[in-house]
Amino acid sequence: MSGAERLVRMANQIARNFEIHGSEAATSQTATHIKKFWAPSMREDINAHIEAGAEGLSEIALAALQALKAG
Amino acid sequence: MAFERETDYGTPASTSEEMITLTIDGREVQVAKGVSVMRAATEHGTQIPKLCATDMLESFGSCRLCLVEIDGRRGTPASCTTPAEEGMVVQTQTDRLKTLRKGVMELYISDHPLDCLTCAANGDCELQDQAGAVGLRDVRYGYEGENHLAEPTDTSNPYFDFDPSKCIACSRCVRACDEVQGTLALTIEARGFDSKVSAGSISDDFFSSECVSCGACVQACPTATLTEKSVIEIGTPERSVLTTCAYCGVGCSFRAEMRGEELVRMVPNKDGKANRGHSCVKGRFAWGYANHKERITKPMIRETIDEPWQEVSWEDALSFTANKFKSIQAAHGRGALGGITSSRCTNEETFLVQKLVRAGFGNNNVDTCARVCHSPTGYGLSTTFGTSAGTQDFDSIEQCDVIMLIGSNPTDAHPVFASRMKQRVREGAQVIVIDPRRIDMVRTPHIDAASHLALRPGTNVALLTAIAHVIVTEGLSDEAFIKERCDWDEYQDWARFVSEPTRSPEATAPLTQVPAEEVRKAARLFAMGGNAGIYYGLGVTEHSQGSSTVMAIANLAMATGNIGRPGVGVNPMRGQNNVQGACDMGSFPHELPGYRHIADETVRSLFEADWGVKLDPHPGLRINNMLDAAVGGTFKGLYIQGEDILQSDPDTRHVTAGLKAMDCVVVHDLFLNETANYAHVFLPGSTFLEKNGTFTNAERRIQLVRRVVTPMNGMEDWEVTQALANALGVAWSYTHASQIMDEIARLTPTFTGVSFETIEEHGSLQWPVNEKAPQGSPVMHVDGFVRGKGKFVVTDYVPTDEKTGPRFPLLLTTGRILSQYNVGAQTRRTENSQWHEEDLLEMHPTDADNRGFVDGQWVKLASRSGDTTLRLTITDRVAPGVVYTTFHHPKTQANVVTTDFSDWATNCPEYKVTAVQVAASNGPSDWQEEQDIVGRKARRIAVVEADK
Repeated sequence: MSGAERLVRMANQIARNFEIHGSEAATSQTATHIKKFWAPSMREDINAHIEAGAEGLSEIALAALQALKAG
Repeated sequence: MAFERETDYGTPASTSEEMITLTIDGREVQVAKGVSVMRAATEHGTQIPKLCATDMLESFGSCRLCLVEIDGRRGTPASCTTPAEEGMVVQTQTDRLKTLRKGVMELYISDHPLDCLTCAANGDCELQDQAGAVGLRDVRYGYEGENHLAEPTDTSNPYFDFDPSKCIACSRCVRACDEVQGTLALTIEARGFDSKVSAGSISDDFFSSECVSCGACVQACPTATLTEKSVIEIGTPERSVLTTCAYCGVGCSFRAEMRGEELVRMVPNKDGKANRGHSCVKGRFAWGYANHKERITKPMIRETIDEPWQEVSWEDALSFTANKFKSIQAAHGRGALGGITSSRCTNEETFLVQKLVRAGFGNNNVDTCARVCHSPTGYGLSTTFGTSAGTQDFDSIEQCDVIMLIGSNPTDAHPVFASRMKQRVREGAQVIVIDPRRIDMVRTPHIDAASHLALRPGTNVALLTAIAHVIVTEGLSDEAFIKERCDWDEYQDWARFVSEPTRSPEATAPLTQVPAEEVRKAARLFAMGGNAGIYYGLGVTEHSQGSSTVMAIANLAMATGNIGRPGVGVNPMRGQNNVQGACDMGSFPHELPGYRHIADETVRSLFEADWGVKLDPHPGLRINNMLDAAVGGTFKGLYIQGEDILQSDPDTRHVTAGLKAMDCVVVHDLFLNETANYAHVFLPGSTFLEKNGTFTNAERRIQLVRRVVTPMNGMEDWEVTQALANALGVAWSYTHASQIMDEIARLTPTFTGVSFETIEEHGSLQWPVNEKAPQGSPVMHVDGFVRGKGKFVVTDYVPTDEKTGPRFPLLLTTGRILSQYNVGAQTRRTENSQWHEEDLLEMHPTDADNRGFVDGQWVKLASRSGDTTLRLTITDRVAPGVVYTTFHHPKTQANVVTTDFSDWATNCPEYKVTAVQVAASNGPSDWQEEQDIVGRKARRIAVVEADK
């Protein structure tokens, strides 16, 4: 499994566990979680993956990462 | 401390606060109501002769030596079984008593070998002492009569001998096994003169019996009948030093009894607040690894992992490492380095490693082995309660009415606390076990759990939610507590969630495989059975929903009002000795000591001012992220203190790939472990006997580790880290571990009252220790939660991605066994291996029959990650469809099989759920053969080879 695939799996897993709170809250909670626990290099890598098409990322995970990137 | 035998008060202390007054030998004395006459006398300096009495056991009244006279009472009652009473007038020394005692002692001595000068207990024998105390000068009966002097000695136990010729049949060993340990392995066989201690097995030897070698019988024995082999070999100790065990998270306090610089024996400290004078086979006996021939005591380096090791001076090793690390950062950036702290090391050592990473490497790439065990505890309990720690002290069990054990096997992993649990169960507490395996707390002598919910691995959240469903829908919640202490709106959201019919025991039974009625019964008992305490282990945390399960546990405790007083609470059973401490000390990449986020500018500036350096405000990489980055080519150097990630972390092939991809791996350890096969620098470590510092146990208890012998390598581990930091240009100048604790206290609000002096003064301290709680905090969240209002968190069940199917139809779960510890680096190098010399695969008889397997045969255990071979043991301890093994032996490499799935919040590996298949095998797998060759090649030491 590539580094990007591992990060995609991690982000999706976080999003899936927040999903019960509804899409909007889950997106916000996923973004907060990633900001709190992921090293900048990991966020850079997954942002590059998003630039390359965001393959495999769930809707909530993608929205959370995009929100984080937008600041 | 000079060697002093601890005062034995003969019978246990009383917990009563009411005092009474009586007269003993003409002197008025005050004692707590409920103590025996014997204890009352001893507390005031009068030692009544005794043999069958000892204060670790209830009074027995069999030896007839402790007789006294009491005004107004007929005869000469035994002082051990007679309660002291208000106004009582006692005589302990009269002509009548002297005659009686001498007569009793004559009978004992007439059947006892008169070999005192060559006896191992000479000078440390209560029989010898009491013969002197009663003034015995001759034995009128002679020594030629029928006797037991020719009884053979049982030497089968590797740590102690049983010499029945010296036994006085006082039953202290039998009672210690019953009352203290709770194993009931020993008995007195036959009657009268034929009475003898028996281990109960067919061959009647200790090794093949049910004895768990806790040492309680040896400690209780008043003669040389049960004696440590080390005492027989070395002699009696001449001094003792109080220190703390370096095995599990119970944190037993021990007297290291010494002769010169030689450790004679480890004896549990009666005043130890974690262990209350008890011990297990590891802490009591398994310390021989400290002097094992495989210990590496000189630094070693090599340019590549294909070369043999070169022994070098400390200066050369540190300068080699510093140059490598500097080159890596120059070429790949400051984020290309990281460090891993160990839960086996002291708080001070752990603090320094994270300080080295943050202040020396200039990044936050520090993680700890707690990542792979209790990181979900930190996440779950800080989210719900506001602090990353258990809520109780161990004494709390004494007031617990319902013990809920989830994914924890205390008789194997935390045996000393398990004994206290068993004592409480025999007093009437009920047990609910939630575990795929039938552990000993389900059914053993005097233990019969009210419920055993043998759930399918991976369904913890579904089951705990079903329990919550019963509590809420049947109106068993403690709403008054919730309204006062928790966020009511969040509770209502949670209550609505768990009340949905899809979360009922009936609806979730197909998932959990636990009958609904069993779940309802357990839920009602938990909510209505009185004080309920939850004790959980890695069967909770090491799952893809480990953090959710911890929060589900916290929800249950809050919903039933079981928080904030003795007898209740949420108690994570920490695996290693200093898991709690390693987490407290800022070992995680996102937080500084005291669980404060690195992004918090106020906190960060406090550390920056103290350390004189600017800190990176962003979280660093976790262990698994470091390995991923290494495989990706951006992470190049790692300092690992006291941890063997190749054996202990999941998906061994991925760990190997990560280590191989690095330019400089530094292993700081006692032995050339599996990780060292891929290391470029080996820095020899020191054992817990060779250093000063502190450990923090599972109940937040900070205890001193005291140096009892000189470090074999010349330095304590914190000194090695300091030397490495200084080689990198960071100027540190600590001269004692206590100075590091002073710094921790200066920078950490929950530790402000902690210093070596205050710990010394109190014996131990449970954090928080600060202005609000100068004596420490045995129970947390007493008047309110640390976070303010307790937070109910909705925990949705999300099935793991690890699925069984036609290729891998069984579920593997892993764990520990009593005699071995973690990756076995210490215990495999002791006689403990006699009990467990290899990892075995447990399989249910039905699954074994289906495959045509027989007990003891070799099998291949395969998963999507890899395969290994090991021998099979067929047992109905595991349910059909589930197999179980331990990970203590590198030859098995059980983690070749485990996957890289992990907890969603913390990346704690999912060790407890791996889909596997088991097939017949003729021998080692290709991986095992390859690793054997790699290991032998990687451990070559050039200097040693040249010497041959």
